[in-house]
Order: sequence, then structure tokens, then C-alpha cells
Amino acid sequence: MNAINFFFGVYPYIALSVFVIGSWIRYDNEQYTWKTDSSQLLSKSNMWIASNLFHVGILSIFAGHFAGLVLPHALWIGLGVSDLQHQWIAIVAGSVFGTMCLIGGAILWLRRMFNPRVRAAGRRMDAFILSWLMLTLVAGLSTLPVSIGHANHGDPGVMLALSGWVQSVLTFQPKPELLAAVEPVFRFHMVLGMTVFLLFPFTRLVHILTAPLTYVGRAYQIVRSKRRVKATASA
Amino acid sequence: MKIRAQFAMVFNLDKCIGCHTCSVTCKNVWSNRKGIEYAWFNNVESKPGVGYPKNWENQEKWKGGWEKVNGKLELKAGGKMKKIVQIFANPNMPEIDDYYEPFTYDYARLHNAPLSEAAPTARPVSQITGEKMDKITWGPNWEDDLAGEFAARSQDANFANMQKEMYKQFENTFHLYLPRICNHCINPACVASCPSGAMYKREEDGIVLADQDRCRGWRMCISGCPYKKVFFNWESSKAEKCIGCYPRVESGLPTVCSESCVGRIRYNGIILYDADKLLDAASTDNEQDLYKAHLDLFVDPYDPAIIAQALKDGVPQSWIDAAQKSPIYKMAVEWKIAFPLHPEFRTLPMIWYVPPLSPVQSQIDQKKLPTESDGVIPKAEAMRLPVQYLANLLTAGKTEYITSALNRLLAMRSYMRSIHVDGEPDLGPLNRAGITEQNAKDMYRYLAIANYEDRFVVPTAHEEIRLDDYHGFQGQNGFTFGADVSKGHGTFALFPERRTQSAEPREPAPLAGPRD
Repeated sequence: MNAINFFFGVYPYIALSVFVIGSWIRYDNEQYTWKTDSSQLLSKSNMWIASNLFHVGILSIFAGHFAGLVLPHALWIGLGVSDLQHQWIAIVAGSVFGTMCLIGGAILWLRRMFNPRVRAAGRRMDAFILSWLMLTLVAGLSTLPVSIGHANHGDPGVMLALSGWVQSVLTFQPKPELLAAVEPVFRFHMVLGMTVFLLFPFTRLVHILTAPLTYVGRAYQIVRSKRRVKATASA
Repeated sequence: MKIRAQFAMVFNLDKCIGCHTCSVTCKNVWSNRKGIEYAWFNNVESKPGVGYPKNWENQEKWKGGWEKVNGKLELKAGGKMKKIVQIFANPNMPEIDDYYEPFTYDYARLHNAPLSEAAPTARPVSQITGEKMDKITWGPNWEDDLAGEFAARSQDANFANMQKEMYKQFENTFHLYLPRICNHCINPACVASCPSGAMYKREEDGIVLADQDRCRGWRMCISGCPYKKVFFNWESSKAEKCIGCYPRVESGLPTVCSESCVGRIRYNGIILYDADKLLDAASTDNEQDLYKAHLDLFVDPYDPAIIAQALKDGVPQSWIDAAQKSPIYKMAVEWKIAFPLHPEFRTLPMIWYVPPLSPVQSQIDQKKLPTESDGVIPKAEAMRLPVQYLANLLTAGKTEYITSALNRLLAMRSYMRSIHVDGEPDLGPLNRAGITEQNAKDMYRYLAIANYEDRFVVPTAHEEIRLDDYHGFQGQNGFTFGADVSKGHGTFALFPERRTQSAEPREPAPLAGPRD
């Protein structure tokens, strides 16, 4: 088995299994550790700009990857988006949100490394995962010139290969050979990105899974009763 | 009508001596852990002053509590969508320096220091970073006994509509202690602000708690509480707050701050209210009418119709008995001498305060103060503490309630003085203040004598109604570090480990050597 077969045929499944099962175990057993680990109390300056840029950027990038790579190719064609248009949209959206995430993330990274309070309160894993995300982001951004080059030559082949590979993995028919011809910078970004999923359950990133969207539809006040426990049990 | 019981307290400010015993007991019992060294579930402020955290009363700055928007009650910091949008960085979140940087001292240095001309000093050490601090610039009670210059202290929001400059002069200075804990509000803004639904109010006793397992640390409750009594544990990244000492209260004991109060200023009891009316009460148009609306929420525990409804709504008979004997009901409803702290925040707080008198004996002796007919007890409006200031604190600025309460307190004193000194009861002051002789005697018993069993009427929680095997849970009631379902932490943890030790000076204290 060569490296490409391992990293794009086997590793995705290791990463996804750890992501799903690890998160599940942690959610079941370690609710107390399931949290955002906000450090805003300790240092508030620049938080508004940095945290918003970072979060909006990274969530949009995730949504973009999902839309571009996971949603079926036929859907985009059906919507009248040609492959080349698709690639240009990806390039523009990726640059905009990638830059937002880079600026926000850089401020957050500097803060985490050099603000004495944030550093003292954080764990090594916090610094590590932020650094890893930034590395993945930088690798992702450095694929942009290559993509632009392809797009200028009217060649969406690499993009189609990437989305074909993602879909092959998600349908349990991995085709690592699709990536053999793709530039190494893409593959580097992808390995870093898959590792984010692998690390996910062991980091503060888990807070994404409990984004409090249900709050919008909830009544303001919450009253919990101990009495009803037995009332319903005996009823 | 839906009757609920609320565990409530009254603090008699007239007797608070600012000794901080409540704060210290509370700290030692509940918050001496890493991450909340800075958090005082109970603190005592010197007023006038900006308080803890700084300027907490200024809601234009902190956006805590509720407000009326187009006739509807809404969180002052904005509705649910706004909260979601602001979740990445809460713009109203206080910073640690708004409280203070928690510190300890390098005491080991006093043992370790090499021989020198000057005495060694124990320098302050930050309990966040563990580093030496150059200088402590703020603390949990920095303005104790009016410390600091008037200009800084007069930022106090309670001076809002007052000519405050005159209180700068020494002869006009006034001072009161304000002990504060979580108000266990009937309309809590922290609960409403919590995006993950971790904050809740208990139906049985109304104590407001933060579920440590469900809390995700979105920190909206911290800014949502107008009293700034929900704290962010920076180690666990969870909200922590006063738990109303519920393990004690469930066992029929007063809270630890109340029990330890040397001035016997704290009263614990049950009060029944109509939960169906709470939204209307909190939505009262004029904020000066909120106190009255809040008062109208409370129901008469002697009324047979109320008792029947309460039993139907699951309030146990022993709780109704406690509500009838409740010191809270007497002071708040019968005598009307206790008031909620800042009713204009619209959270319907349930820690009420008896406003302080401030007689100045030498002024009376020199006949400089107008007095009651006995020539000894000063008139309420002539006292040193400006009534407007107390009204800004307790009744959204409406002075007549405060004056009435102060007059009743004075009338009681005047009446008791007439009995003990003159040997002949003088009913004049009582009639003028609108209370009966029996009221005055009861007030004397509750306020001056303040027996333990009068101050604390706490019914036990009826665990036997809830649990089949209630003995099986003995000794398990109390504060946990969450993750109740996990097997516990060994030396190796797959997921982030918890650190429990606060930062201490790096140099260890020397070990004791062999003794001769």
C-alpha cells in the first residue's frame, strides 16, 4: 500500500470513525468537559473583531466545502451552474472567507500564545488545535493560486477529481487513485483537514455540535421540577 | 392562578455592620476553587460606591436585565436572534479586571529570604497566571468604608437623579453596607439569556441554578444578570452562581451566609406567589410601579382559597405552614418595610432589603435634627442617608415607600422607648406611621431581638414524596463538579483534564526540619 492509498483510502475512515465514536462517547460520558472554553473573561480586547472574523470565516468555509464537495455534482448542473462557474465561486468564496478566518485566527493565535492570562488559563491542546487549524487554513489558501491557474485554463478537472474522491469516500467506495494526478498542495491540505476530524473529539471544537440553535424557538424561562419526576413515573 | 413557593430572604440593612462574615463563609464553602477565586457569590459593598464588579448597576453599560420594547418585555441586551449573532463575542461581557485579578501572597518568601537588612516582603501573586504582580490595583471590596476619593465612588448609578456634590463634604457624607447575593429572581434574566437552556429555576423553592453538565460556556447569563451574580469559571468554562445553599435549605437549614451572620440581619423564609401573574408584573409600564406589582404577586397564605389552590399545585402543607410563619411575608407584605433591590431591572428579585436608619446621636443631642414627639428619635426625612438614594436603590426612585418604611421603623423604636424609658406606651408615633401596637411589638421581636427561629423558617424539602428510596440518596446532595455520569477521573484522562489547584507562589514553603 503506498502513501496515497493509505492517506486517501484508509485514513479518512480512521478519522471519521474517531470523530463520530469519540464525540459520541464524550457527549455521553463527559458532559462537564463539553464546552466552548471561552477566554473572553480574561481578555476582551480585539475579541469582537477577531472571534467574529474567525468563526464566521471558518463556518462559511466548512459550509463551502460541504456544498462544493459533498453535495452531488448533478445538483449543481441541474441548477445551471457549470463546472467552471462552480470553481470560480469556490475560489472567490474561499478567498474571502479564508482571509477573514486567517485575520481573525491570527489575532486569536497571537492572543493565545502571548497573552499571559489566556496562556495560563488555556490547555496545551487549545494552542495545538488552533495552530493546527491555522496550518490547515494556510495550506488551503495556498491551493488558491493553483486553482486559479486551472480555472484560467478552463480546466475544472482537479475540482471534479476532489469532489469525486469525497463522494467516493462517503459512499464507502474509496477511489484514492483519483488524487494521484492532483497537485501535492491539495493533498497536503486534505491530510491536515482530515486530521482535524481525528482530533475533534479531544478538543474544545466539540462545542460546534451543540450550537444552541434551539434557543431561538424556546420560551425564555425554564422551570425544572423535581415533583413531576415521580408524578410521571407513577402515572 | 398557579401558586408557587419561593425561598426568599430579607436583609436588614439597619443592622449590617459590614463584617464580611457572610462573604468569607460563603467563599470557604462554595467558591474556593480554581477558576472562581475572583467570584464572590456573596459580597458586601460599601455604598455609595461603584461596587463589584465595577458599576454593575449601570445597565446602559452592561445591558443586564429586562426592558420594555414597544410594550413588550424584552431582554435589555436584545432578543434571541441577537444573542445568537453575538455568540462568538459577547459585547456586554465583563472582563476579569471589572471584578479584580485574584491574588494571593508569596508567604514562603518570608521563610526563604536570605538574611538582609530590610525585612522580606510577601509580594502578591496572580492566581490566574501564577506570576508576581507589581501592584494590586483593585479588589473585591476596594471601596470598603468609603475608601478612595469621592469622584470615583460617586460614579455609583444610584446618584443618577441627585445633586451628589453636596455629599462630598465631610459633614454630609453618608454610608451604608449592601450585602449582595443572587436574588433568585422570579423572572430571572440569566435563565432567559442562556442559549443552551442550562440555567433554570426550581419549581419547588424557586432557587435558580446553573446545570454544570448542560452549560456550554456561551457566557450570555454573565452579562444578562443585571446584578452580575452569575460568574464565569475560567478554569471549567462554566457558569457558576450562588446555589441558595440548596443542600442546606432542603434539609431545613438556613443558608450558610444567613446562619453565620453575626449581626443577625438575614431572614430566610417561604413566600407564596401567583406564577400566572409574573409576566404581567414584570411588564408593568412605569418602573416606579414595579415594586407594587411585585408585592401584588404575593398571595395571602392564610386565605383558604389560596391554601386549597397551593395544595392542588403541589405545595406541601408544611410549606404552607412555613409561609404563614414566614418572616419574609411579615416584613415585605404585612409591615411593608422591605424592598427588592433595583426593581427597575424587571427580574422580580427575591432578596429584599430593610432600608437602614442612620441616626447620628450627637446631632440629636445638640438638637440639630428634627425629632419625633419623644424628642429623641429623628424624623425619617431628616436623617443623614438621603431618602432619594435609598429609593434609587430599592424602589426605582420613588421616595414615598422608603419614607413610610423608615417612619415605621422609627415609630417602633419610639414606641418601645416610651415603654422602657417612660414606662408608659406612647401610641402617637405608631398612629402617624400607620401601624398597630401589635405590629410594633412584632417588629421589635423580629428586628431587634431577631431570634433564630423567627429569622429562619425553612421547611424541609419533601424528598419522600419524590423518591421511593430517599434514604438511598443520603449524603449525596450538594455541589458536584459535573460529569455526574462519568466514572470519574483517573491519572490519565482521554478528554481534557480538570485542574483543581489555584495558582500559588512558585517557591514552596520550607519543610519543617527536625526539632531539637
